[in-house]
Amino acid sequence: MAAQSPDISVQAAVLAAARPAEAPRAGATWKRLGLSFWLSAVWLALVSLSALFFPLLHFPNPNLPDLANQAAGPGPGHVLGTDTLGRDMLSRLVAGARISLTVGYASTLLGLMGGAILGLAAGYFRGRLEGFIVAAMDAVLAFPALVLVLAVTAFVGHDIRIIILILGAIGIPAFARVTRANTLSLSQREFVLAARAMGAGDLRILGLEILPNVMPSILTFGLLVVAVAMIAEGTLAFLGLSVPPPAASWGAMVAEGRSSLDTSPQVSLIPAAVFFLTIFSLNLAADRLRRLVEVRESRI
Amino acid sequence: MATPLLQVSDLRVQFRTERGHLGAVDGVSFELEAGRTLGIVGESGCGKTVLSRSLLKLNPIAGGSVIFDGRDLVAMEEEELNDVRGRDISIVFQDPMTSLNPVLTIGYQIAESLTHHLKMSRAAARTRARELLAAVGIPSPDGRLNEYPHQLSGGMRQRVTIAMALSCEPRLLIADEPTTALDVTVQAQILDLLKQQQRQRGMAMILISHDLGVVAGRTDEIAVMYAGRFVERAPTPVLFDRPRMPYTEALLRAIPRLDQPSHSRLLAIGGRPPDLVEPPPGCRFSPRCEYARDRCRVDEPYLEPALDAGHSFACWYPVSAAAGPASVSR
Repeated sequence: MAAQSPDISVQAAVLAAARPAEAPRAGATWKRLGLSFWLSAVWLALVSLSALFFPLLHFPNPNLPDLANQAAGPGPGHVLGTDTLGRDMLSRLVAGARISLTVGYASTLLGLMGGAILGLAAGYFRGRLEGFIVAAMDAVLAFPALVLVLAVTAFVGHDIRIIILILGAIGIPAFARVTRANTLSLSQREFVLAARAMGAGDLRILGLEILPNVMPSILTFGLLVVAVAMIAEGTLAFLGLSVPPPAASWGAMVAEGRSSLDTSPQVSLIPAAVFFLTIFSLNLAADRLRRLVEVRESRI
Repeated sequence: MATPLLQVSDLRVQFRTERGHLGAVDGVSFELEAGRTLGIVGESGCGKTVLSRSLLKLNPIAGGSVIFDGRDLVAMEEEELNDVRGRDISIVFQDPMTSLNPVLTIGYQIAESLTHHLKMSRAAARTRARELLAAVGIPSPDGRLNEYPHQLSGGMRQRVTIAMALSCEPRLLIADEPTTALDVTVQAQILDLLKQQQRQRGMAMILISHDLGVVAGRTDEIAVMYAGRFVERAPTPVLFDRPRMPYTEALLRAIPRLDQPSHSRLLAIGGRPPDLVEPPPGCRFSPRCEYARDRCRVDEPYLEPALDAGHSFACWYPVSAAAGPASVSR
């Protein structure tokens, strides 16, 4: 368990800091998460770490065609085979993971921060501000996300930063809703009143009393959003709207193999499987962590 | 006589409801001198808690003034108030299960107000937090600093909230039913702790309870609250000896006594507290009062001084020292 992906270890650290297991149950937390959680965690760690250390790992150049081996199956030289242009599949998968994970995490982080601030403000201050924020969030939610992305990328170009920005902005309402709902109930709790009675101002209460209580739920929710953002990036890449070729991206790799599905299906299927496993692991891990958080909350 | 530490006059708190304004606290006035203890008793819903929170302006105030050490808290800006809250006046809440933040360590929560109000360094605040935990009788305070509220029992948690309340050496401590949520066995310990700390630090204290037994031995004076008003106020021994207001008398009679034969009937007070949106005309206790006469249902009595020093009550036909109404009207 030492080799957790950065996201998982952050999650676990936050959870551990937030609510350490009761003394008699100490050590049982990792067991309660179940084997499937740890399998997902190991997979995510593998993908994240290899993406993180890609430059150090001496993979073959992901963009260099091996013209003698086009659409080759797995074998010596190319562990997972090559794509239709003869580029090393494993290299391209890891290079693609860099794009997918960067987009997934960065846009989620953006959405989380924006959403948390708006949600805290709406849930705590209430009144007109809340009405305004909720209306704005509903408006963003009502806008078809894909159309927005298509429109913006058509104008500004397919830069990865643009894609992160847009996906992040689209994620804000979801985080704002979760945060606001939590804040609404937390603000009524007596410890907030107690903090006020101790002379804490609004900002102190929001930052020191409410935010730490909201964190576990928005972080576990964030893991789900990472999956959604990665799917969105994959979809864009499949449509050729993510990072421009020849850069590798999982969605683009699936798309590239489409033409040879009948002769060499593995060119599409391998990236699709990796994509599937990653998303599945994210969802599963998020779900398990959420359950853990909810159980603990109900016990407080 | 020196100016009192706390001077509350004609304090009124109203809540808006669908049926109209609810006067939760309706014209309460009292004074409290430094180092003294005032007990406030009354049944649920009579406005005790609202009154205690209003003293720190934690809920909107409709009128009146709360003058603490020469400054009117009601007129104060929020920012200035935040310097008074927790530093000069602090509150211990009823339920220690909910009044501590579940995700922050105890050490952090106590140190928090020290760094905030007294501008202590983190390390100094932590040392002080440790001393405070020791002072409120928490064994092995070093280990407790890093624990979370859910790792402590109810009594221990209440000790922690008391430590937090005491952290900045306040001059007034408000304890709002500090033992209601606790086990009977722990109640006396917590009350004794409060009393001991109050004596040691020379704080003034307002002890709120629905239980006359709780305030009996631990207060200098007692105010009896009914339907948002003080109906009787007296030095503690006088109140127990010679209650004049029938409500106080009824409360005293409702205390179960061990020297009575078993299976004797408990003398409960019939009826329910009045509707505070439309309080009854005349004396608010009149619908439940066994001595009520016609005048009680029309004219409202106000707190007026009795013969004993410091004793005042609001009743047209007060009960005399012996049971039964004094037939002389005032």
